[in-house]
Amino acid sequence: MSAVIAEHDEHHDHGPAKGILRWITTTNHKDIGTMYLVFSLIMFFVGGSMALIIRAELFEPGMQFVEPQFFNSMTTMHALVMVFGAVMPAFVGLANWMIPLMIGAPDMALPRMNNMSFWMLVAGILLMASTLFMEGGGPAAGWTFYPPLVLQTGKALPFAIFAVHLLGISSIMGAINIIATIFNMRAPGMDMMKMPLFVWTWLITAFLLIAVMPVFAGAVTMLLTDRFFDTSFFDAAGGGDPVLYQHIFWFFGHPEVYIMILPTFGVASTIIPVFARKPLFGYTSMVWATGFIAFLSFIVWAHHMFTVGMPIAGELYFMYATMLIAIPTGVKIFNWTATMWKGAMTFETPMLFSIAFVVLFTLGGFTGLMMAVAPSDLQYHDTYFIVAHFHYTLVPASVFILMAAGYFWLPKWTGNMYNERIGRLHFWLSAISINILFFPQHFLGLAGMPRRIPDYAVQFADWNMISSIGAFIYGFSQLLFVYIVIDTIRGGTGKATDEVWEDASKHGLEWTLPSPTPYHTFTTPPAKIPTEHL
Amino acid sequence: MTRHNNDVQQKNQNLAKKLVLIAVAMFGFGYALVPLYDVLCDVTGLNGKTNETAVAETQYPVDKNRELTIEFVTSLNKSTPMIFYSVTPKLKIHPGQYYTVNFVAENKTDKPLVAQAIPSVSPGLAAEYLKKTECFCFSQQTFAPHEKKTMPVRFVIDPKLPERYKTITLAYTFFDNTDRNQ
Repeated sequence: MSAVIAEHDEHHDHGPAKGILRWITTTNHKDIGTMYLVFSLIMFFVGGSMALIIRAELFEPGMQFVEPQFFNSMTTMHALVMVFGAVMPAFVGLANWMIPLMIGAPDMALPRMNNMSFWMLVAGILLMASTLFMEGGGPAAGWTFYPPLVLQTGKALPFAIFAVHLLGISSIMGAINIIATIFNMRAPGMDMMKMPLFVWTWLITAFLLIAVMPVFAGAVTMLLTDRFFDTSFFDAAGGGDPVLYQHIFWFFGHPEVYIMILPTFGVASTIIPVFARKPLFGYTSMVWATGFIAFLSFIVWAHHMFTVGMPIAGELYFMYATMLIAIPTGVKIFNWTATMWKGAMTFETPMLFSIAFVVLFTLGGFTGLMMAVAPSDLQYHDTYFIVAHFHYTLVPASVFILMAAGYFWLPKWTGNMYNERIGRLHFWLSAISINILFFPQHFLGLAGMPRRIPDYAVQFADWNMISSIGAFIYGFSQLLFVYIVIDTIRGGTGKATDEVWEDASKHGLEWTLPSPTPYHTFTTPPAKIPTEHL
Repeated sequence: MTRHNNDVQQKNQNLAKKLVLIAVAMFGFGYALVPLYDVLCDVTGLNGKTNETAVAETQYPVDKNRELTIEFVTSLNKSTPMIFYSVTPKLKIHPGQYYTVNFVAENKTDKPLVAQAIPSVSPGLAAEYLKKTECFCFSQQTFAPHEKKTMPVRFVIDPKLPERYKTITLAYTFFDNTDRNQ
């Protein structure tokens, strides 16, 4: 990477510093964006390896490879690493790279804080990973940290809690930076309702982060004081209530899932119009739908808790409120479909991943609706059905779109075209194997297989084996992406044009810049704002 | 640095400060959810919590025509070294009439034990109609080594209890609080 960017030094009077210190001390939004993206890709493989340990153990009934405690620790850490180490930082990386380019700003609003938030993320993840080597093993009570079970964690508990604090502070700083950038750094003429949707979705996501990460930090702090300082927030013996934890957690947890999906929507809304060669259908409704989803995310949390005991009125309220989310989400899916309708579509790798996202995310949304139905949720709760549901909304949605974003902007970042043939191979392997991996989990869940168990009854054997085969194909085919990224940085299949994709400069400011993107951009504001997406 | 840049920097810092304040306030909001949760449960009667201190024994009209079943369930938190049961597992009662039932608890260890019983009523919304004038759950109970105690609970069901409730379950769980009291 440094070799590529070093080429541009001659064009600028102050290029990047040399050597390792450049990356430690950098305040350049592109450097920090790159670090976020590389870090999240590494974490994607760390979290993925944990998933493969889980799937290897579940390949057959009976205990094969790991101890139950370690298995539970893997399900917990897989989730924490993927949520806080892979998906969220990847979108922060994209935000760092693309938001200043999309709104015509020279850099992020608070560059030093930007650097600090990245290195705090690294510290948080290392602290979290270190718990795996502690007496009593890593946290194993699930990523939701439900008491009283989580309070039985060994030495790892306070470290895991402090890691959550660090990760929380890091993402709050990232969010503050993004809001300040969008509010104060827009180029003249870039009105709010002319901003690309990726910028809009990130603005709303950033507000969600600021609103809910502190609540999660508070909840885990209560766990900490319950365990070590004799408070009784969640301890019935002292007048507390463990159900209270679930309410506080999901007040954070539900907006958290939208923190991972809203920027996904933003990237999809950026990519699809370019390859459909049409303006985005319903820009204004997309903005409003995003805001409406964000609002609803605050008032539906207890649909994660239908089985803990709630009066019928509560169950009904949370059921109907949850179903409301299908309306703005449906608007979005309609708009993406309408954007493609009668478009002059071509199917380059980013578009393939985006189309797969629209189809498979819809599937994940439908299973979400099924679980919103309180009486049937009693059957699905804590089975593989919910595992299948949220993996459909996270892997073929967030992760596919992150891959799409990689293919879409890599030529702009590096100045080289990636290998389209291997890119498509990566797509087809991913799209097929992800369904082999997760679709059978619906059947397992409906048949009653509980989640977070290392062993299972023999009637679940067949679908588990198929699911595990899908997992290994999916996991190893992701190495193709790493190959493509390295290959593209080293030259790929040739130089990319400034526009990269046909007529892309009508769709966004970033395509009006040279490829590869110079180290400093928009030191003077752009003359003309593209309005094709409106 | 041009004049324009300084202005933007100032604006950024001001906005960042405001956003930090929001984050800090939301941290506080997380803690505020704790009392809010209790208040909400109190006001709506959700969660099956019964009165935590004795209520005065007031007379209600006794409804002899209406009969309902009250069940008593006892359990121990995993680590509580006790024997704990209700002498009367279930009772047919009339709303408005006072009843006394006995619970027996025994310390199984050679050491003194401090334990707290936590009550819970199911269905939760019936809890506010169950009034207790006497209960071992109002305070912590201290047990000498191997001490066995018989503890009464005196209660009445308010005749205002809606007709749809035919069976009410009162459950007690004993938690070992010895460590907390050292």
